[in-house]
Amino acid sequence: MRRIDWPAHVVLLLGVALFILPLWLVLAGSTQDSAAISRGELSLIPRLSGLHVYADILSQGSPGAGPVWRMLLVSGAMALTIAIGKIVISILSAYAVTFFRFPFRMAAFWTIFITLMLPVEVRIVPTYSVMSDLGLINTFPGLTIPLIASATATLLFRQTFLVIPDELVEAARMDGAGPWRFFKDILIPVSSSNLAALFVILFVYGWNQYLWPLLVATTPQLDTIVIGIVKMIGTETQTEWNRVMATAVLALLPPVAVVILMQRWFVRGLTDGEK
Amino acid sequence: MERRTIFPGRAFPILLVLPQLLLTFVFFLWPAGQAIWSSMTRADPFGIRTTFVGTENFYDLFTDPLYRDSIGRTLVFCVAVSVLSMGVALLLAVCADREIRGRGWYRIMLIWPYAVAPAVAAVLWILLLHPQIGLIGRWLNRHGVPWDYKLNGLQAMSVVIGASAWKQVSYNFIFFLAGLQSIPRAVIEAARMDGAKGWFRFRTMVLPLLMPTVFFLIVVNLVYAAFDTFGTIQALTQGGPGKATETLVVKVFRDGLINLDVGGSSAQSVVLMLGVIVLTAVQFRFLSRRTDS
Repeated sequence: MRRIDWPAHVVLLLGVALFILPLWLVLAGSTQDSAAISRGELSLIPRLSGLHVYADILSQGSPGAGPVWRMLLVSGAMALTIAIGKIVISILSAYAVTFFRFPFRMAAFWTIFITLMLPVEVRIVPTYSVMSDLGLINTFPGLTIPLIASATATLLFRQTFLVIPDELVEAARMDGAGPWRFFKDILIPVSSSNLAALFVILFVYGWNQYLWPLLVATTPQLDTIVIGIVKMIGTETQTEWNRVMATAVLALLPPVAVVILMQRWFVRGLTDGEK
Repeated sequence: MERRTIFPGRAFPILLVLPQLLLTFVFFLWPAGQAIWSSMTRADPFGIRTTFVGTENFYDLFTDPLYRDSIGRTLVFCVAVSVLSMGVALLLAVCADREIRGRGWYRIMLIWPYAVAPAVAAVLWILLLHPQIGLIGRWLNRHGVPWDYKLNGLQAMSVVIGASAWKQVSYNFIFFLAGLQSIPRAVIEAARMDGAKGWFRFRTMVLPLLMPTVFFLIVVNLVYAAFDTFGTIQALTQGGPGKATETLVVKVFRDGLINLDVGGSSAQSVVLMLGVIVLTAVQFRFLSRRTDS
């Protein structure tokens, strides 16, 4: 029998508590009476009878915000579109710049690379005016398409493609595989664990967007759940805390579930991408 | 690095990169160019005519005490968030790297907050810290500590730092753990045999080998604190009370979209762009040095 490493367990348990306590409070709070929470009588024990709040918020909106089912739908569609869109366009462009020679190849690569240095946060006003010139304000394409360009994913795929052995490429060519066959039957399977990892990272990225939807989607029809929840606590005077908490639970459940379910690929992909 | 074996054809690869290039031009380069252009112009009060003013907007910006305050505030905020979240993450990673029971379980319990949106993290913290309904906030007030982060600037700052750092611990934990696990066990064993004890062994053996991860994370954390915490701050304090939690990004947002000062806000955007370019350059210089060795 090994000796139990008490100090390590104590530190780790404290860390776990640091993360779980706020989550538990939100879970418990969502099932309680809003008035009681406002009076400061937040209990740590959830009330089963309060669970109906989840059905309530899903079906009907609160003042200033629509029903949560629609927010979940918008968030889900947005996260999926961004994740899949980013993966598709970056795997294609990474394939082109690694396996072909064409005029302005390096210029294309550096152009993509530069986007790393231009996060939305630093170009708020001009991006907004471009969006309104294109008529993309308050549209679903406007919410998603501009976030699809991604240097990170392209760089990651390029790294993977660069280390594919020449022999494999040669063999495929000898067997008469054209560029498209090679891409479809060899490159995609070879990079499948990268694909899975990127999907998790990008899904979480898309789901958690806040500033972008705040800028381009002002209609309640396009409220994501993250936007919706900030709107709900914005009306400070009579916040219905149990509804806010229930919305928070629903807002963090899908991305947390994706991360936990795909933990292995996600962790490897994240730390590989750094190299 | 280049590949030796390549496919023939020109039109096909161009077709493949086209979608990404198009998006990059329309949504990145064009707005960035516009930001640079309008940072050097100024609109008249009626918004009819814009005149070229060169570097005047920048001059105004850096002579504006409010902007300089915001720079200082952002620096304090970024450093505090990075130090706090990296410190806690390193401590947890060192413990999780030991051979103890339940490692897998601990790992899951410590990485899930990665998936929580910054704005939602703020909501979780409201339940703890809100002066009337929060568990800790109420406790403080009951025990004679006047606590209200909506009124007290210093308290507001510590709340946004805490909530922002909390969310980032998981990310740092993942990288520190991966870094620790890549250190060969033999190195640590050898140090142990030589009689190096706990803290000394960590400081002289583990920490130097972990330095690449530390540097990488410093850059990532500074970028996170500077840009990704907008949602957290907006949900908790909206930059207030007064300007107590107004970081540079919050200020760009307020000036550009609420106060509609296009020239000034564009100049701020250009300054931020330069900041990101410097940070990215540092990161890549450093990363390429690492892969060479």
